[in-house]
Amino acid sequence: MIKNVDAIVIGGGPAGLAAALSLKNNKIKKVLITERENSLGGILLQCIHNGFGLHRFKEELTGPEYAERYIEVLKNTNVEVLLNTCAIDIISIGTGKKIYLMSKSNGLIEVNAKAVILAMGCRERNRGNIAIPGSRPAGVMTAGLAQKLVNHYGYMPGKEIIILGSGDIGLIMARRMTWEGAKVKAVVELQPYPGGLNRNIVQCLDDYNIPLYLSHTITNIYGNERIRAVDVAPINEFREPLKENSFNITCDALLLSVGLIPENELSLNAGISLDKVTGGPLVDSNLMTNIAGIFACGNVLHVHDLVDWVSEEAENCGKSVSAYIKDTAVQKKGIPVKTENLVKYALPATLEQGKPGLISLRTIAPAENTTIIVVAGNSVLYKKTYKKIFPSEMQRIKIDKVPENTDVIHVFFE
Amino acid sequence: MENDFQVIIIGCGVIGAAIARELSKFRIRIAVLEKEADVSFGTSKATSGIIHAGFHSPQGSLKAKFVVPGNRKYDRLCEELEFPFERRGELMVAFDEDELRILQIYYKRGLDNNVPYMELLGRERVLEMEPNLSPDILGALYAPTAGIICPYEYCFSLIGIARENGTELLLNQKVTWIGKNNNNRFDIETESGEKFTTDYVINAAGLYADDIARYVGITNFKIVPRKGEEYLLDRRIGTLVKRIIFPCPSSNSKGMLVIPTVDGPVMVGPTALDTEDKTDYSTTREGLNEVFQQAQRMVPGVRTSDIITSFVGLRPAAVGNNGDFIIGKTAVQGFINAAGIQSPGLTASPAIAEHIREIITKEGLRMELRPDFDPYRKKVWIKVRRLLEKRDFEKYSKLVGQNKDYSKLVCRCENVTEAEIIAAVKDGHTTLDGIKFATRAGTGRCQAGFCTSRIMEIIQREAGIPFDKITKKGKGSEIAPYHIEKGYRN
Repeated sequence: MIKNVDAIVIGGGPAGLAAALSLKNNKIKKVLITERENSLGGILLQCIHNGFGLHRFKEELTGPEYAERYIEVLKNTNVEVLLNTCAIDIISIGTGKKIYLMSKSNGLIEVNAKAVILAMGCRERNRGNIAIPGSRPAGVMTAGLAQKLVNHYGYMPGKEIIILGSGDIGLIMARRMTWEGAKVKAVVELQPYPGGLNRNIVQCLDDYNIPLYLSHTITNIYGNERIRAVDVAPINEFREPLKENSFNITCDALLLSVGLIPENELSLNAGISLDKVTGGPLVDSNLMTNIAGIFACGNVLHVHDLVDWVSEEAENCGKSVSAYIKDTAVQKKGIPVKTENLVKYALPATLEQGKPGLISLRTIAPAENTTIIVVAGNSVLYKKTYKKIFPSEMQRIKIDKVPENTDVIHVFFE
Repeated sequence: MENDFQVIIIGCGVIGAAIARELSKFRIRIAVLEKEADVSFGTSKATSGIIHAGFHSPQGSLKAKFVVPGNRKYDRLCEELEFPFERRGELMVAFDEDELRILQIYYKRGLDNNVPYMELLGRERVLEMEPNLSPDILGALYAPTAGIICPYEYCFSLIGIARENGTELLLNQKVTWIGKNNNNRFDIETESGEKFTTDYVINAAGLYADDIARYVGITNFKIVPRKGEEYLLDRRIGTLVKRIIFPCPSSNSKGMLVIPTVDGPVMVGPTALDTEDKTDYSTTREGLNEVFQQAQRMVPGVRTSDIITSFVGLRPAAVGNNGDFIIGKTAVQGFINAAGIQSPGLTASPAIAEHIREIITKEGLRMELRPDFDPYRKKVWIKVRRLLEKRDFEKYSKLVGQNKDYSKLVCRCENVTEAEIIAAVKDGHTTLDGIKFATRAGTGRCQAGFCTSRIMEIIQREAGIPFDKITKKGKGSEIAPYHIEKGYRN
């Protein structure tokens, strides 16, 4: 089967949904979303807790409700949706793109598109990635998998739970498991500060008296068939565990919430360059990758903490893609964005001369009374002081207009 | 009579399975008893997957006797059984003058063992062959006949062909008693309470071969687990090396290797540490450091940040035997050992199997060739990943035309489809680890984060196992043992 479209959106999660709607709002005729699961919504569908949409809709929604807002609007458009369909390859042919899809009902589909939006989201880091020593029993899994087992299937992975990593999913799961009658015995975090949002520390741990061990790690896993205990040890400033101070906690499940990685295998195959820090594609201010016509937004680009900003980024991406398709984009010189002091990353990699810009950034470490400064040559484009700033919170900086004659933009904390 | 056999093989690792295949050529009633929930779940699944050229084994040992003949049989075996096998060659590298002298010792040993086509190579030639090796290398011993296979796929296909030719495979059957009855035959009991009778017992029980032998009063050897940690790297970093890279060996191990795998990712390891505990499958911080220090010395591009998973294999090392294999008949008529088989056991396995056939023939079992024996596997695993890697969309479309389930991706890291998972379940692989080894689903960089629950759905549907009873690797390893509405709160 062969399909010809203006734009294909790969992934039907929050980024893909908002990008597709944005393409429609910008008068792009033939838009196709391809989604590997059997329904739209992505990871939001298993996030049955609330807290989504405070910025976007000024109300607290659950994950499925948030997704529903977009899906309902999408139903009234002519965006074509292919479910149970997985993109397996992207090949550039001239200025066009050929995308190969595998579909349960239609077999192999060849799609010719003028533009591609990558919206594949991210995956969780797992035990192998962080090489926790010990045996390899059942009961060790990522927090996201546990969330799916509990929320989607109704099954619990254990009764006595340890959580390694204090990322948001881990915190949410600490509360969720407690609600289902499990005893969450500890959340163990390598860093001296929590990995997740402060509101989740309060609402998911403090409210249930779940102990959080900062600057600690798991140094051993015990159990043959099923996990039965872990060793927890404090670490020194070189991140080496202090074995003499380690203690043993019994458990029957260990959930890992140790970070997310943008899922870019498809992008790599297509020849897209990735940023070493974010793990996502290097993009310009139009969110276009190094391959003209291929764009990226959402968690495949960089991991967000709030879905509201994923939607916003995807809408911007849709706008850029429609300008690209209509060939109305007057591409001006891209000015490289350089990061310094305390800035872990700033995205995009370049901003366009004479245009407004949106920079997303994170810090390397928590800081107090610090000022974000963006300068181009002699002109200060942005300056704001923060009382407290955490790596878990993405900062978004709006630049009114990038100066015409400048070679580089510097972003740093002071 | 049910459960009455002429030959019972205890243990279905590569040795048990290779023997089963060899004996299934004949008109004899054979059963293989495996204590685990799937075959190759012991030592076999955790071997490095190397088909050695044979220059490591000391002359006069059983290891040396079987390694080269075993190696030679792989081309044909691979054609008949269709498991992936590639003759990549191996390089033992030297960093100084002393090590260059060691290379010569092994070169000589290789000649004694009839290893063909070996060469001693200088630095320039080595770096030309393997540009990612350390520039500090002075030279290497090169043996082009060494190869790589996937050890569990090999094991699955061996037992697969045996089953297609009449061998019975019985899983979850841990032997708990063996004795001779009044007819001078063996009675065997298993933990599940089942009873078996047989004329011959072949002890291929790996780590537990000494325990099995003890049931019939044989106590002249002891198996000590020699632990080896291995680390698998992300396929994203590329192949790094085409050939298997060895250091100059230490007294009890071949050292840390950098091993290309037939499935693409590079593996590094294994450590070698004698332990007492046959169930100690734990990796350690020290092991990780040891592996990477040594591997990085040879191939500087090997990094810990690229680890996607790690595992431990326990080599069944025989004590009191110079670490050699223990193969042959015993003081107990009809009880034959294939024990203490550590490296190069995988390489030697086809030759060991033929040797066991010769022994059992001499011991008086009537061996009449099966006229309908078919050496070629009827059931061949289709790997969608291999088609997609080659961008062979035409062939792939055809496959989907035959069965739509080939277009439903379950594991997206390794491109494994629902059709492949269903085939594995129907073939008897009903644990997550079993399916992982049969199909590679869950072996990729996300380590089954996304596909675990989907595979559980398929197991539930195809094998009729309730969701909460589905295990990682057999009883006691349930993935999600409690339903939230069924008396979970206690």
